[in-house]
Amino acid sequence: MNVQGEIRTVAPETEAELAEYVADCHGAGRKLRISGGSTRLRRSAAANTHLTTQKMDGIALYEPGELTLIARAGTPLEEIERQLAAEGQALAFEPMDHRVLLGSSGMPTIGGMVAANVSGPRRVQVGACRDYVLGVRFVDGRGRILKNGGRVMKNVTGMDLGKLLCGSYGTLGVLTEVALKTLPVAECQRTLVFENVSPRQAVEIFSAALATPFEVSGAAFHSGTAWVRIEGLSRQVDYRQERLVELLRDKSIEAIGDNESRILWRDLRDLRHFANSPGAIWRILVKSTDAPQVIEALGPLGGAASLDWGGGLLWYAGNSDAAAVRKAAAPGVATLVRPAAATSGPVFPAESKGVAELSAVLRRTFDPGGIMNPGLMEG
Amino acid sequence: MSTIAMPAPDAAIIARKPEIVAALAAALPSETVIFDPDETRAYECDALTAYRCTPLAVVLPRTTEEVAMAMRICHQMGVPVIPRGAGTSLAGGALPTADGVVIGTMRLREILEIDTANRFIRLQTGVTNLAVSAELEPEGFFYAPDPSSQLACTIAGNIAMNSGGAHCLKYGVTTNNLLGLRMVMSDGQIVDLGGPYLGASGLDILGLICGSEGQLGIVTEATLRILPRPEGARPMLIGFDDAETAGECVARIIRSGVLPVAIEYMDDVCLRAVESFAKAGYPDCAAVLIVEVEGSEAEIADQIERIRLIASELNPVEFRSSRNADESLAIWKGRKSAFGAMGRLGDYLCLDGTVPVSKLPYTLKRIGELSKEHGLEVANVFHAGDGNMHPLILFNANQPGDLERAEAFGSDILRLCVDVGGCLTGEHGVGIEKRDLMTKQYAPDDMAIQMEIKGALDPKWLLNPAKVFPLEVSKPYREAATK
Repeated sequence: MNVQGEIRTVAPETEAELAEYVADCHGAGRKLRISGGSTRLRRSAAANTHLTTQKMDGIALYEPGELTLIARAGTPLEEIERQLAAEGQALAFEPMDHRVLLGSSGMPTIGGMVAANVSGPRRVQVGACRDYVLGVRFVDGRGRILKNGGRVMKNVTGMDLGKLLCGSYGTLGVLTEVALKTLPVAECQRTLVFENVSPRQAVEIFSAALATPFEVSGAAFHSGTAWVRIEGLSRQVDYRQERLVELLRDKSIEAIGDNESRILWRDLRDLRHFANSPGAIWRILVKSTDAPQVIEALGPLGGAASLDWGGGLLWYAGNSDAAAVRKAAAPGVATLVRPAAATSGPVFPAESKGVAELSAVLRRTFDPGGIMNPGLMEG
Repeated sequence: MSTIAMPAPDAAIIARKPEIVAALAAALPSETVIFDPDETRAYECDALTAYRCTPLAVVLPRTTEEVAMAMRICHQMGVPVIPRGAGTSLAGGALPTADGVVIGTMRLREILEIDTANRFIRLQTGVTNLAVSAELEPEGFFYAPDPSSQLACTIAGNIAMNSGGAHCLKYGVTTNNLLGLRMVMSDGQIVDLGGPYLGASGLDILGLICGSEGQLGIVTEATLRILPRPEGARPMLIGFDDAETAGECVARIIRSGVLPVAIEYMDDVCLRAVESFAKAGYPDCAAVLIVEVEGSEAEIADQIERIRLIASELNPVEFRSSRNADESLAIWKGRKSAFGAMGRLGDYLCLDGTVPVSKLPYTLKRIGELSKEHGLEVANVFHAGDGNMHPLILFNANQPGDLERAEAFGSDILRLCVDVGGCLTGEHGVGIEKRDLMTKQYAPDDMAIQMEIKGALDPKWLLNPAKVFPLEVSKPYREAATK
């Protein structure tokens, strides 16, 4: 693995400059490691030049009355969150800050967030980053400047490439500008706390709470405690708390209010509970009610597990080898987020033959020379 | 005649009809394959009825494997395929060609799994949109996307067009509620994407397929996200004496943090037509907003009060909130009968361009001016919360030249939508209707990448080949693919 600093870094200031550079690389077969703020540590091992969008920053448009934001890819997420907060708005999908877990430096960017489809606890209620992408501008592997979508809420004009680019980790194109839907921050939030529960009991609580119309916007668990978040207008939150407590009355429940709740969910979002644990960190996507059996299967491997998204997202911190983790995770699929010395093998889970072929053919279409973060999503 | 051209059908394929039908009939149950022109004529158009063409044959499979078999045969024989759900597309998305085989999903009707603990339903895609929510009602759940054709339209068509509806302001459109699917590729290969969990580990191919208008494959099974039913819902009606203030009210509501499930807009032309038709008791003014909120009784009352305060700052000519189920029906009655009421005035063309919410007043003003220039009346009734316009252009189909004038007016409106920062279509899709306007929204390279994707997944360009992209733009790709 290359370490930043060992290879040449190129930081274009404009989209045109970036496109010209990529076109050159395509011609020369020069392989690129593409990054935003470099807060996620994984790098394409095959790349010999580092291309960053960091110097392409700035908010191009923010219309709070339309819930619309357009920003250049290198714009720091902090700046965007600050501007949104000034208008009482936010990115509803709660993107995590990887620096806490990975101990990385650098500044998360809006482009990096979209490229990795970074979505936090509220994803269970409001959807992922990809659901908030209204439009993208990007440079493909031949150096063409392309756009897709736009800035409006509803748009079915042509194929939806914004979704495809979101979560493609720079392997299909370098994002240069993204248009996102913003949402107002809820007036009030509260969290119900369930202590001394097993993973199975936690998922039962989540399934019951998420089957109510009370718009539960967070459902997470670790170390024997389950948390259920409710948000809304202040009267709404009082009412929802009362109804949920009634529904789950056989459990012992405490409630924590606004400020404490906000800090709790920020820490859960950033996996602060695993920040100091040694070893690898795995992200496992699973059907919620299968999560308890996956935790049981992971038990003999040691380490620790936590849940988010009502059980649909399982985080595992442990030192076992990759094959053993993947076997225990089944039927869930495991992605390695923080490698450790003992873990080897592919980072992303294996795909079915059909999906792998589709992915390969799409990569060739966007990047015929195979120069964009080569191998990053494969191994 | 109409102005949208289709490529000349391939006479060599039409000449091979007996051979093609024989191959399909040999491989599939006999009731699955329809080839008598009297019967295939039933599939000659979708809801864009000005354009018709009887297909070569129609296949109505009952299983994914039968769809795959039909696709494999068409692929081997080089025959174009027109995927079809219920045929409710307003954009001509399911318009057949004389040299093409329609593969319909309407007999794929099974509900495969309902799982409320994990909040999903898995089904075959010929199930109608409304049937999904009906199926879920006993469980206290519903499926959120609700296009106005929901009684008839299928989930396959909803996925192909990424359908929306009145409630997507809060719940999103199809792509936001789709967790997984099973799809048959143009060569007959079956692929599963996603599943009953949140998110993808690899590329979000699911997101690419949804809304690809039958260009990349036929979706035969889907896993859909389902939601608990709200405790209650109640609309309010707010009337304004000018369009601009109504537009301002929409923006202020959205900004306030109250998130209504729907904000619908009706202009004066529409209001008058609706009043004489449905007698809904709407005020006679320039614009009416219907805003619906959800929750418990107390939550609803709280939200209505907040919206009343926002509206009152803008001096509405009327503010009426529903107090019971009957009053709710009365408020919705006019909106729901709008299309029927407009139909009484004559034929109409319904467009669905989207504009930024702040550009609504200007767009409405310009549409009024264009109406005078083209000498055709237009009514506006639309989903205001997300800027999704629905101008209805009135014309007389029996008067020669009137359809062409209406189409020209429609094209001007869609160009206007793009010029103010919006798009050609917010929920109906491009189909053939807006195909030739794609160059207005997308630069050549922006379309090229989409056609390259089509070519990568459907190398022979057999799936819906003359849709979405302007014919002259797609011609080199189509010709290279069939060589």
